[in-house]
Amino acid sequence: MNFRNYAIALSIIAALVLQIMPMPASVDPFRPDWVFLVLAYWTLALPNRVNVGVAFINGLLLDILLGTALGVHSFAMCSCIFVLAANYQRLRNYSVWQQSVIVGLLAALYHLIVFWLQYLLTDVNFLFSYLWPVFTSMALWPWIFSLLRKVRRQLRIT
Amino acid sequence: MNTIFTRGPSITIRLVIALVLSVVLIVADHRFDAFSSSKVYLNSLVTPLQYLASLPEQMLSASASRLASHQRLLHENRELVKQATLMNEKLQRYTILQQENNRLRKLLGSPVRQDMQKMIAELMAVDNNPFSHQIVIDKGAIHGVYEGQSVLDSKGIAGQILDVGTATSRVLLIADLTHAIPVRIERNDVRIIATGAGRLDELLLEHVPHSADVQEGDVLISSGLGNVFPEGYPVAKITSIVRDEGRPFAQVRAEPMAQLDRLKYLLLLWPENAPKQPVFAEEG
Repeated sequence: MNFRNYAIALSIIAALVLQIMPMPASVDPFRPDWVFLVLAYWTLALPNRVNVGVAFINGLLLDILLGTALGVHSFAMCSCIFVLAANYQRLRNYSVWQQSVIVGLLAALYHLIVFWLQYLLTDVNFLFSYLWPVFTSMALWPWIFSLLRKVRRQLRIT
Repeated sequence: MNTIFTRGPSITIRLVIALVLSVVLIVADHRFDAFSSSKVYLNSLVTPLQYLASLPEQMLSASASRLASHQRLLHENRELVKQATLMNEKLQRYTILQQENNRLRKLLGSPVRQDMQKMIAELMAVDNNPFSHQIVIDKGAIHGVYEGQSVLDSKGIAGQILDVGTATSRVLLIADLTHAIPVRIERNDVRIIATGAGRLDELLLEHVPHSADVQEGDVLISSGLGNVFPEGYPVAKITSIVRDEGRPFAQVRAEPMAQLDRLKYLLLLWPENAPKQPVFAEEG
């Protein structure tokens, strides 16, 4: 049993739990996209281990956990992670703050794709409050980045 | 790390495969309902995550109940005793009325109404999905829960079971945008369909003619048509009626009786013709 081999999976499970944890109604609209942030970090750091396939599986898990039609979150997650995986060499050279802007833009794309797909399935109305997680995700990215980088370097995950 | 010589298909092909798969899944799940049987296994698969996620909240409420003051407990106890006495008095009259009703129904030749089996369920998680109103409860297939079962809270109908997992299940609330429930007005038996508005405190009554006899404050009870919800449980109360003659129907809004934003304990009902029977856990 080597902790190293499970670090990525454990961090993703922690993100899934945080994503569905019950929160007070006043904090709930601001919940950052934990799963997207963690996947984004691993995609930038180790694109040969975490990329579109892992994103697809996690999207499906999110669909089951959140009760949306199967495939909605996996579609959005795959598209956003693909952008990161295709450009990881360039994005790695950006400063953390520039990265957080990119992550914010992708989080916005993620929420818009989820909204569009939901809109095609049932007629939901767009409210600006759906995009609050974009800002919290942006603010959280530097901390997620440094935390996971510490984990990756300490455990020498490659 | 070796990113130059990658194994397997290129990332673009992977994306295309994943997107096509997603679209196929969406269509199969939403249009053709292809996963209704395998959803039980899928839901059971993620049950550990749900339990894990509700752990901090459970710990908090457990410590809160441990720290509850003696004074408050006494007060609560007094209130509950008072409530139980009042309810007992109502119950005494209810049994007599029920016997009388059964006798009258026998005289009329209509079938006597049977008691329903019930089980208390506890709220486990509320979905943070802004597009739908669903909750997760701690009873599942092993307790005899079935799809389409009615779920009540202490004030009225709260929703119906959407997916069943092994030990948990998902409830679609009546306020969800995709939910509709057949109701009738308690006062004059006018039949209406109440659909969710996507907001927890509002239901819309659809296709109500301008001439229909509806009034603000009318209580809507489930009509039992459609064979999903049992008859006679309170659903909502009409809050506003806009009779704009330029529109084909009156716009009627109602407020759900069930307190959908503060659900904690819920009641599952098993009517006489339920496809499954409840399995009660052994006490002690």
